[in-house]
Amino acid sequence: MDTSFAQRRRRDLIVAACLAAIATLVPLFVKDVYVQNIMVLTLMYAALSQSWNILGGYCGQISLGHALYFGLGAYTTTLLFTKFGVLPWFGMLGGGLISALIALALGYPCFRLRGHYFVIATIVIAEIAYLLFLNWDWAGAALGIDVPVRGDSWATFQFTRSKLPFYYFALVFCCVAWLVTWWLEDSKWGYWWRAVKDNPDAAESLGVVVFNSKMGAAAVSAFLTAIGGAFYAQFVSYIDPESVMSFHFSLLMALPAVLGGIGTLWGPVLGAVILIPLTELTRSFMGGSGRGVDLILYGAVIVLISLARPEGLIGLFSRRRKGVAR
Amino acid sequence: MTAATIIQSLASGLLMGLLYGLIAVGLALIFGLMDVTNFAHGEFLMLAMYVTFFLFAFFAIDPLLSAPLVAAAMFVFGAVIYLVIVRFAMRAKANIGMVQIFTTFGLAILMRGLAQFFFTPDYRSIPTSWLGGKTVSLGGIFLPVPQLVGALISLGAFGALFFFIKKTDFGRALEATREDAGAVALIGIDKNRVFALGWGLGAALVGLAGAVMAMFFYIYPDVGASFALIAYVTVALGGFGSVFGAFAGGIIVGLVEATTALILPPSLKSVGIYAVYLLVVFIRPRGLFGSI
Repeated sequence: MDTSFAQRRRRDLIVAACLAAIATLVPLFVKDVYVQNIMVLTLMYAALSQSWNILGGYCGQISLGHALYFGLGAYTTTLLFTKFGVLPWFGMLGGGLISALIALALGYPCFRLRGHYFVIATIVIAEIAYLLFLNWDWAGAALGIDVPVRGDSWATFQFTRSKLPFYYFALVFCCVAWLVTWWLEDSKWGYWWRAVKDNPDAAESLGVVVFNSKMGAAAVSAFLTAIGGAFYAQFVSYIDPESVMSFHFSLLMALPAVLGGIGTLWGPVLGAVILIPLTELTRSFMGGSGRGVDLILYGAVIVLISLARPEGLIGLFSRRRKGVAR
Repeated sequence: MTAATIIQSLASGLLMGLLYGLIAVGLALIFGLMDVTNFAHGEFLMLAMYVTFFLFAFFAIDPLLSAPLVAAAMFVFGAVIYLVIVRFAMRAKANIGMVQIFTTFGLAILMRGLAQFFFTPDYRSIPTSWLGGKTVSLGGIFLPVPQLVGALISLGAFGALFFFIKKTDFGRALEATREDAGAVALIGIDKNRVFALGWGLGAALVGLAGAVMAMFFYIYPDVGASFALIAYVTVALGGFGSVFGAFAGGIIVGLVEATTALILPPSLKSVGIYAVYLLVVFIRPRGLFGSI
């Protein structure tokens, strides 16, 4: 490994620490609840997209079915809490583990598929889960589940009066997802993934365990995504299949990474910081009649970015961050 | 469940299946031609349904008459989309696979958003078309006339497509470009023109399907999404790129859907289709009729 890569990694860490410190202080100056709400969502999507990026970007396995893991996280937490009184923290962990296991079980057959066959399989699997939850009466079916209010506390992870606790949790979540990616970038897996992405056959012949490294990426990605789902369920305190498992979420997890720079460390963060406030603001300015404007915005942005900047907006920064020195 | 109910649902499944084939064949054609999956295929269908609807609402043209017009309009639309967007996506220097997926995918989202914006999310339908709501009885089986005519149109379209690919110059150019785009350029065939015509033809076929669908299905901005997923499954079952695989795939999907609806609650009828997709690609990763 050359020193420039090591230097870059150190610099990334310092930049991240500075950004995290600034983000910690922001709520001291921004008291507006509406803006705080947007900030929470931005951090959450940055973290989710970072998780998606591990599988979709670094490993090159485009999943448009991550809503499955998001929904599993949300449902596990909420069902354990409402049916058995288990605190959301355990539900969050449980949801993450269940999602990781399911990702492994699904990965076993799916990772044999290539290109379009894989993408369509991910959509189809998430769609089956969505339809099953829509018809599962015990889990609230289409009506969904209200998370019962037990008063504000960290134990039940419920806060009705202030958004700040959610903000700080989302910030920690975002930092953890970033750090995991940062750490993986320089791990054995990180190298494997890039090899698998660039040329799976060549990687295989050089002794990279292609299949296992895809499985590892899927498990990590699914675990983190489910944590996000569990958080979201606590944040909005109501879930139904449409609001946590629909295709919309799969899209929203992939988009920031695609926009910012797929398979890059900073791409998902950059993408989320631009995309999420933009959509939230458009939505509220256009009002209820403007339904569709957010879609027009997403669509136009995706087409333009794909055509003009296939490497993502991160490519605009002068120092090109091309993953690792090849 | 009597034998009559089973035959009844298999018959309607077969009719729907032929329509699914017609919806999907444009996708297969484009994929076979240039290895690009059009993720906006469902939105092409949606657009065709709206065009049919507006031709009916403003000019009182029955869907049966407007079908050729819709197909022609969609031909132009498809060719323009290729020339304005897809052509450039094929030139990407980095991440070419992802660029192609996300360009057409972004186009899908954009079209859906525009439809919501301009046409509102309201559900529309064509209540008084010539064939709408009529049924015909064949040996005790009741078949809805719009679907029956749709199935016949689908058969006709597949027949015409077969003739077209085998017997006309453009059809041969299409086949040749599909075989080897580089060699084709050497003998003076303009690859871009063939691709543009291929996109036009693919869109025209889904336009035809849209005009038929508008006779008996609700028209709304998201209508393409569910049919698109079915179309991908159809195309994948047939093996991406195989035009006649799409025909067979459509029939399989229609029958599987009808069978699932007999066993599971109606809201779960798509689960059967999706499960069959997974089953097939897990066993044959290139689809039933796809070449390796």
